[in-house]
Amino acid sequence: MKIDISINGQRREADVEPRLLLVHFIRDLAGLTGTHIGCETSICGACTALLDGKAVKTCSILAVQADGAEITTIEGLAKDGQLHPLQEGFWECHGLQCGYCTPGMIMSACGLLGENPNPTEEQIRHGLEGNLCRCTGYQHIVDAVKYGANRMNAQAAKAD
Amino acid sequence: MSFLAKYIGQKVKRTEDPRLVQGIGHYVDDIELAGALSIAILRSPYAHAKINSINIDRAKNAPGVVAVYTGKDVEGKVGNVPCAAALPDLKVPKYPVLAAGKVIFVGQPVAAVVATDKYKARDAADLIDVDYDPLDVITDAEKATQGDSPVIHEEFATNVAYVHSAGSGDVEAAFKQADRVITQRLNHQRLAPIAMEPRGALAQYFPGEQQLNLWSSTQIPHLLRTQLALMLGIPENRLRVIAPEVGGGFGSKLNVYAEEALVGWISMRLNRPVKWIESRRENVQATIHGRAQVGEVAVAVKNDGTLLGLKYDVTADLGAYHQLLTPAIPTLTGLMLSGCYKIPAIQMTCKGVFTNKMATDAYRGAGRPEATYLVERMMDRIAQELNMDPVELRRKNFPRPEEFPFATATGLFYDSGDYEKALTRALEMAGYKELREEQKAARAQGRLMGIGVSTYVEICAMGPSIALPSGGWESATLRVEPTGKVTVLTGISPHGQGEETSFAQIVADMLGVDINDVLVVHGDTSVVQYGIGTFGSRGIAVGGAALAFATEKVIAKARTLAAHLLGTNESSLTFENGRFVGAPDDRSVTIQEVALAAYVPHNVPPDFEPGLVATHFFEPKNFTFPNGTHICVVEVDKETGDVKILRYIAVDDCGKQINPLIVQGQVHGGIAQGLAQALFEEVVYDENGQLVTGELMDYTVPKAHQLPRYELDHTETPTTVNPLGAKGVGEAGTIGSTPAVANAVIDALAPFGVKHVDLPLRPEKLWRLMNN
Repeated sequence: MKIDISINGQRREADVEPRLLLVHFIRDLAGLTGTHIGCETSICGACTALLDGKAVKTCSILAVQADGAEITTIEGLAKDGQLHPLQEGFWECHGLQCGYCTPGMIMSACGLLGENPNPTEEQIRHGLEGNLCRCTGYQHIVDAVKYGANRMNAQAAKAD
Repeated sequence: MSFLAKYIGQKVKRTEDPRLVQGIGHYVDDIELAGALSIAILRSPYAHAKINSINIDRAKNAPGVVAVYTGKDVEGKVGNVPCAAALPDLKVPKYPVLAAGKVIFVGQPVAAVVATDKYKARDAADLIDVDYDPLDVITDAEKATQGDSPVIHEEFATNVAYVHSAGSGDVEAAFKQADRVITQRLNHQRLAPIAMEPRGALAQYFPGEQQLNLWSSTQIPHLLRTQLALMLGIPENRLRVIAPEVGGGFGSKLNVYAEEALVGWISMRLNRPVKWIESRRENVQATIHGRAQVGEVAVAVKNDGTLLGLKYDVTADLGAYHQLLTPAIPTLTGLMLSGCYKIPAIQMTCKGVFTNKMATDAYRGAGRPEATYLVERMMDRIAQELNMDPVELRRKNFPRPEEFPFATATGLFYDSGDYEKALTRALEMAGYKELREEQKAARAQGRLMGIGVSTYVEICAMGPSIALPSGGWESATLRVEPTGKVTVLTGISPHGQGEETSFAQIVADMLGVDINDVLVVHGDTSVVQYGIGTFGSRGIAVGGAALAFATEKVIAKARTLAAHLLGTNESSLTFENGRFVGAPDDRSVTIQEVALAAYVPHNVPPDFEPGLVATHFFEPKNFTFPNGTHICVVEVDKETGDVKILRYIAVDDCGKQINPLIVQGQVHGGIAQGLAQALFEEVVYDENGQLVTGELMDYTVPKAHQLPRYELDHTETPTTVNPLGAKGVGEAGTIGSTPAVANAVIDALAPFGVKHVDLPLRPEKLWRLMNN
């Protein structure tokens, strides 16, 4: 099937098998390997990306279902050499160790902050329940998301 | 050795993070080689079965398939999966990389399909017809030792792989002398490490150069190289193993796996790059498991709480085959049975037993969490029996700081420690007395509040070579380049521990250079001198120590040249902040200037060896023994059995901390894993040897909302085993936390007369106890 998907603002047209998973489209066809695969059963969230602004698990979506959609992956967050506030937060707060879950975690946090720019700790913890991390015990991830939220809110306030 | 304190001891942000937070690091599956083929592994659906025949015709003719291999193809061509552990009279079964004639666990590799892409490889694997004759299955390790059990390896005529005894002191006398003997049967459930990145390997063979490059998600690139060279019959110097970005290990990648050898062999055979990436289902089936001990503990005590002796009679579930260290792991439990207490007589008898399951091996803590859990659980049992406060009982049996190095009845010498100090601090943070008051009030209201304490000591910084099958040293090369930039080549292989940062901190402080001028290189056997790797909390304490010695050698050489350049003698020079000072005419020279002069040797002393590089292999004389106190406060819901963690306090002592931010991260992650053992995780096989918890849907790795905020502090009792004074912290959290949580939950259930519950403490189990 012919599909046309925009990833990080760049259109990709391809003729794909209907069964091709979106995560394989992103990784193998578009060559964007920051979106990781950790389980294939939509539990771990390592493959999370934004589809039309909403955080989705790209291992459980077919590429053909994303035809015409706008996808944002971890590679699309930093702009002009500047880390996204959430990326900065993860770095600042030691929100990662091995880094494998990190792109998915950051993309989920992006989705979360899109819906709720001022989450409480409890809301962050529940908001990230679709993402597993085996290294950090989550505390520094929660701190990183708070840091990112504060920075994004400060930036938004400045822009107003 | 002298260090600045500009970076060491500071919360330096990690230098590895910018690439990782942008998703532009490269794990094995992110490396794309032109023309690479994909491998899918067909695995056994049976726990025990005879293979009558394998028909690969349909698979071979499927679209995109390049080759299909079975056990017959690799027989005599690829060596068996190695076991490096050596124990007296150990039975070591032959472990072929593809099953030959028989399968003995669910998930055992049976065939490998090579195709042009991963979808086609997997499709074709489904077309292989294997005719199996199912055999009787044994999954219960204790029953496996009984006469009527099916025997897994007929050549041994028994499922007992070894019997190991450890300990010293007159145990019988201790038990005779005792006022009380308290016994408890304990089960340490089987766990799965679940690194977020499953395993994977990529190989490329260059027939002209007769060189094989193999990328693997491994913790031990050099040890893997040696073993794979032997398995594949390729000279070790023509095999390059690369551990690229590695997405967690926790011991599961401290191994040599069938798939790694297969990938290398297939690449050599086809002269094509080939890649195999493990799915999560494969990961739970065929990557090592941990723990899995069941046994009885008996402790002899006086009425005043003085410990006299301890016996542990245990059966260790080894699984179907030995992986690299499988039989050795339960022996580590034996070493740590004294915990952080004076116990004059200790005896362990351990039976290592084959079962129709995946092999157990080193999972974060590797044998020591079992020891700490049983000792700390028993301390609470004893306190309960003697009606003593569990804290007082612990305090009473601590060795005092002046008693270090402290000799245990298990044959160890604990290097240094002040157990009282960490305990006192943790009690203070928790407000222990007030908590006990609060608990009384809660109980009066019918609420189930519990307080659990665990005071632990662990053995790490593995370790003196005598204690390891591989050698327990570590290597480092420190190279000051002509422009003054500094390159470190380390034999450890970090996969989340952050040594690119902490090693740069050590070097920057020793050499007085900017931390951004230091590059730490690891994980490539063609670039880095032979090393041992990352496991056993050894990165800083052994690898970092090797680096400190290498740096000292470089400074010594630089000093010789600096003295020459300044026209003075070495002894008059001091090295401060990256500069040699103290020449009579007040001239000085920087390390960067010395480096350039060393590479462009126009003005050097006679016989000066050009360059500014040094390598050091550091062999520690002892292990290190970090310690700490963890306190957990819980409330158990009477209606549902659900456990809510109200507080979690941890005071750890890992000696000198190089980067407290990284230390915190290690402690957090360790606590999460140990807590998950207490409350959630368990690998379950049914009686047919089917893996019931074969996916993350069933194997319950905890999520953010299931874990508490941790309250941390530390004490600092440096070690003298290495010049950094660092003891290691990678496993401490895992070791300290499981008993703290278990003790808290069991304490909460005391009103029901509960004395012990085996882990994991799931709501259903607790509800049944309360509603019995």
